[in-house]
Amino acid sequence: MLSKKEKELLENEWEQLTPVAEYIGADALLRMFTTFPGSKTYFSHLDISPGSDHLFIHGKKIVQAIVEGAQNISSLTETLAPLQTLHAYVLRIDPSNFKNFSHCMLVALAVHMGEDFTEVLHAAMDKYLSAFAAVLAEKYR
Amino acid sequence: MVVWTDQERAAISTIMGGLNYDVDGPKALSRCLIVYPWTQRYFGAFGNLYNAEAIKNNPRIAEHGTKILHGLDRALKNMDNIKETYTELSTLHSEKLHVDPDNFKLLADCLTIVIAAKMGTSFGPDIQASWQKFLSVVVSALGRQYH
Repeated sequence: MLSKKEKELLENEWEQLTPVAEYIGADALLRMFTTFPGSKTYFSHLDISPGSDHLFIHGKKIVQAIVEGAQNISSLTETLAPLQTLHAYVLRIDPSNFKNFSHCMLVALAVHMGEDFTEVLHAAMDKYLSAFAAVLAEKYR
Repeated sequence: MVVWTDQERAAISTIMGGLNYDVDGPKALSRCLIVYPWTQRYFGAFGNLYNAEAIKNNPRIAEHGTKILHGLDRALKNMDNIKETYTELSTLHSEKLHVDPDNFKLLADCLTIVIAAKMGTSFGPDIQASWQKFLSVVVSALGRQYH
């Protein structure tokens, strides 16, 4: 459960990350594809080689959704409703990949923020990304 | 038997070689206890774990974090025989310490985050993949003697 303090922290942090959304997003995706090669199977339609435009475009999309969710964490289900439908009926990505992606997002954040990625921020981020993933998968069945 | 490429061996050696066991071990363990508070269940006798600051300043946690990295060192020195290297430690964690083996992955992930924060962009995707492969072999070996 996220405390009020954590929600504020997350809203601020994600807003500050908006200018580097495509870099963080692309980095997280590339890390996931490298460490969990099974995740690549969902991207045969894109060029996901390091440095590719597709990686930046897609990474940006994902981070923007995460930023939007963070602006009102209490209404996550409402905010993510269209993405829930997309993932459940069209993309049908196995939810285990959400966990793997979240982990790689945390690594990308640690790389980007160094010492500023404190234990408290890490805990809040991990909780938020888990909640985000759970909401995303809600319409699956 | 686990097959390691030369690049994987190099990546893993570089990372372990760059670690300060006395600093990074405590950082990883305290991060685990903060991010995954239920792991504190195994440290009831270690004193004050009341909040993040208390955990980070707890000398017994620090000592244990250092011990853990020395334990990981055993895998580095026996990369072609990690399974056997951890038979005793696995039995210890199962029969004496009663640690849920799922927790090993949590600590491993926290160590990865500590390393990522320390190394920055030099902890690239390929290096991360090699490192995580190493940790998953260690985690698996530690879980082997649970029956």
